[in-house]
Amino acid sequence: MRMNIFQQEFKMHLRSVITWSVSVAALIFVFVSLFSSFAQDAALLNEAMAKFPKELLTAFGMNGVDLSTLLGYFSFAFLFAQICLAIQAANYGFSLVSIEEREWTADFLLAKPVGRAQILTSKLLAALSGLTITNMVVWISSFGFINLFKGDRTYETKPLLLLLLSIVVFQLFFLTVGLAVSLLLKRIRSVTPYAMALGFGMYVLSVFGDMLGESTLEKITPFKHFDPNYIIQHGAYDLPLVMISVAAIIISLVGSYWLYTRRDIPSVT
Amino acid sequence: MSAIEANHLTKYYGKARGIIDVSFHVDEKEIFGFIGPNGAGKSTTIRLLLSLIYPTSGSATIFGKDCIKYGPELRQEIGYLPSDVFYYERMKVIDLLKYSASFYKQDSTQRMHELAELMELELNRRIEDLSYGNKKKVGIVQGLLHQPKLLFLDEPTAGLDPLMQRKFFQLIREENQRGVTVFFSSHILGEVQKMCNRVGIIKEGRIIEIADIRTLQQNNYKKVRVAANGLDATYFDIPGVTNLEHSNGVVHFFYKGDINTVMRKISEITVSDVTVEEPTLEEIFMHYYE
Repeated sequence: MRMNIFQQEFKMHLRSVITWSVSVAALIFVFVSLFSSFAQDAALLNEAMAKFPKELLTAFGMNGVDLSTLLGYFSFAFLFAQICLAIQAANYGFSLVSIEEREWTADFLLAKPVGRAQILTSKLLAALSGLTITNMVVWISSFGFINLFKGDRTYETKPLLLLLLSIVVFQLFFLTVGLAVSLLLKRIRSVTPYAMALGFGMYVLSVFGDMLGESTLEKITPFKHFDPNYIIQHGAYDLPLVMISVAAIIISLVGSYWLYTRRDIPSVT
Repeated sequence: MSAIEANHLTKYYGKARGIIDVSFHVDEKEIFGFIGPNGAGKSTTIRLLLSLIYPTSGSATIFGKDCIKYGPELRQEIGYLPSDVFYYERMKVIDLLKYSASFYKQDSTQRMHELAELMELELNRRIEDLSYGNKKKVGIVQGLLHQPKLLFLDEPTAGLDPLMQRKFFQLIREENQRGVTVFFSSHILGEVQKMCNRVGIIKEGRIIEIADIRTLQQNNYKKVRVAANGLDATYFDIPGVTNLEHSNGVVHFFYKGDINTVMRKISEITVSDVTVEEPTLEEIFMHYYE
């Protein structure tokens, strides 16, 4: 780790971190603030939802969700927060190294007296710090807004803690997989489509898996590994699935270091 | 001990040729010119020595140490001015220079300000607002501020106005007098001739000649063009003349040898126009291949 690279990288992430954090907090606020009006007609709503086609509910992550309880409702809201977190983390992963090559600043950095592994570590930690800020904002806004709008209802703390604790692994998955994929490619012209494809694509995969009753798809997507509805209903993680995420992170990390320390840095001409 | 020693360096980008079997050495404290047309492999060679890319085969040492294995340590003593300068666009010049300085052990603040003043660099502007020439100046300052022992200059004068070029050459000469080894890559023969002790000539990825600059100059060809009425091309068919051509009363040829011989021949006839000039690098290369 080199402090100067870390600081430089962190500064470059800061604006984006703030934007994402505010957006996710606003999203949680909007959802949670609507809970009391939902809850009043929850019985009615659950009944109405039972009449909807199962596929439609699945597409919006509402299948098997009990909207009448505080956490049931929150698990539905959390799914949308997850999509944002996934795209943010994938974005940082894809751009971590590729941005220097796209904007040709890699020559500047790599001609300095630092090893590539050190550069990668510093960059990863800076990105992770940014993601952790967003993570903390999700924690604070979740607890804050739930308590603000819960009225006289109660909720169990443990499932909510488990849900929020899952964020860090969830973010790491998209950060490291994005990084590894970016290093497999020669050049990335624009990061956004890749980040959207990975972040949103994984969500779509999990939805498809549900709709088709396909269980192999859920093995690769973190949206299944950390299904909010499952965590809230069971008060526990689906551990074998979580281990798949952890394994993917480890493989991506090892692969990224291997690829980056052997990478030919492209030149302008 | 050589400052740089390249041993059979070869680099392919997939199937595309980078450089092939490049070997040379650069002595400490010399200014070594590296000339060749665009795409010959000059940048590839420098990027290999900086381990920005890795060789397909062969190896190189800098100050006696393997340039990949000891890369980070060696780069403490290396300054690099790339041919195309790109820096973090949103940073201010001063912040970029400070960031650059933060990688080196010693405190470079004083030298940084000296260089910035010399190059007339405005420190508070944003990189994105700078012209190409001004970015080049940032490159020069960031490449020199840590007082490196070895300098890689890749097409350093592109984008600099003539006045700045002169200042830059002066600066490089001073650095050299302080004991800095300079690896100077260029496709402009003139500036290499002015600066360097020895030159390596690279074409299509291969070194075709490594010579003392004086030897090269003595071997140098002159490009002569004579316009005269009723002139017969065979008039100039003397030893040392090659590529003799004749069209519309104008005779072109290359001449290598004592220039007075040709001058005497020309003075014996009535001419309407005469030019004698340095051939372009490409034209010299053509001769290397004849």
